[in-house]
Amino acid sequence: MDKYLDDDDTARFEAMAMPHLDAAYNLARWLTRNEHDADDLVQNAYLRAFRFAGGFRGGDARAWLLTIVRHTYYTALRDGQAERGDVSFDEALHDQEDGGDPADLIASHDASRTLNAALARLPTAFREVLVLKEMDELSYKQIAEVTDAPIGTVMSRLARARQMLLSYLKPDAAGE
Amino acid sequence: MNCQQTQELMSAYLDAELDASAALRLQEHLDGCDGCRAAMTELEALQDRIAAQASQHQAPPHLRHRIQSALAAQRPTPPRPAKRQKTWSWAWINLGLATMASTAFAVTLSLYLNQPSTDTLIEQELVASHFRALMPNHLADVASTDQHTVKPWFAGKLDFSPPLHDLAAEGYPLIGGRLDYVQQRPVAALVYRHRQHIINVYIWPSAPHGTRQGQRQGFQVLRWTQEGMMFYAVSDLNPQELADFARELRAKAAGPM
Repeated sequence: MDKYLDDDDTARFEAMAMPHLDAAYNLARWLTRNEHDADDLVQNAYLRAFRFAGGFRGGDARAWLLTIVRHTYYTALRDGQAERGDVSFDEALHDQEDGGDPADLIASHDASRTLNAALARLPTAFREVLVLKEMDELSYKQIAEVTDAPIGTVMSRLARARQMLLSYLKPDAAGE
Repeated sequence: MNCQQTQELMSAYLDAELDASAALRLQEHLDGCDGCRAAMTELEALQDRIAAQASQHQAPPHLRHRIQSALAAQRPTPPRPAKRQKTWSWAWINLGLATMASTAFAVTLSLYLNQPSTDTLIEQELVASHFRALMPNHLADVASTDQHTVKPWFAGKLDFSPPLHDLAAEGYPLIGGRLDYVQQRPVAALVYRHRQHIINVYIWPSAPHGTRQGQRQGFQVLRWTQEGMMFYAVSDLNPQELADFARELRAKAAGPM
């Protein structure tokens, strides 16, 4: 209680954090693998980030927020908030707006569904580094900070994640 | 660099995270190894596919609103300390006022309690009177053991007729009567004697009061009301003896006059 948050702090926090809401939500979605838990996770993470905003020493606000989202997720998991298990990713696919030929659209949906399912199958430790790398385009150094792991570990996990993903996709690859 | 090392580092090479020398050595291996080059191509294709097809989730609008209102809900936190301080200062003011009020009340109460009651004032007057009466030549204005001498003496001096009883037979011979002044009014003072002790009985008309016994400056004071009269007996007798006297007197007064 050494520092009280005022309206200025709230405005400053929103200006810093709200632009990264999509990134935070995407990571939350890939960690929890369902919409409802992702909502809760992001909200809890943002409130936590707001409380600890004093601890943010500048730098990459997005990486900082992703760190908190991830930390909040594992804290909740450790505190016994049961993981909901695998959820169908059909809903997620409806988000995607693809124009063009309906046939292509269906093919694209099928391919996308397969890929998303394969990503969802990855163990969390591998899924998260892949999401941070491919979707958030973070450097290994940043991923190491977000996941609180050595760079060498990040490197090997990413390599492993890609190999696993390729193996998950192999049976379907024939149909493509 | 062999195939195994290459395949381990391929992913980092794809991400451009290898240092220059490692990247160069890996590139050299790829140039001469079809298998690793095919694996590399597969990896690149995967990366492209993820970029193109993996769901990149966007935060739903309701989440943005939820978070903003949750953040706003945190805002009352800041004014609270100030408000609390204010509340506290009011609390202190209230406490101060309450203390002052209590103190004033306590002072008033103690003054009130220290103020002698009417009974106490009367007793003080009577004891003073009794004490004065014991001085030489002050005891009785009319010195007589005969009630028929004493009683008429009061007539014209008082607006009431004090009941007079002969208690000589009971060991309390009448010595005389005296006019006294108690509570801003003239009263009858009858003087009895018991052995060497003097008993002053002060009488005046009054509404009934309870019996009261007290001790003041070494003198016993006994009060009762009877027949519309207030009786105060003051003496240096011990309480029991004075009570005996009072009982005799009351019995006489209650009996046929």
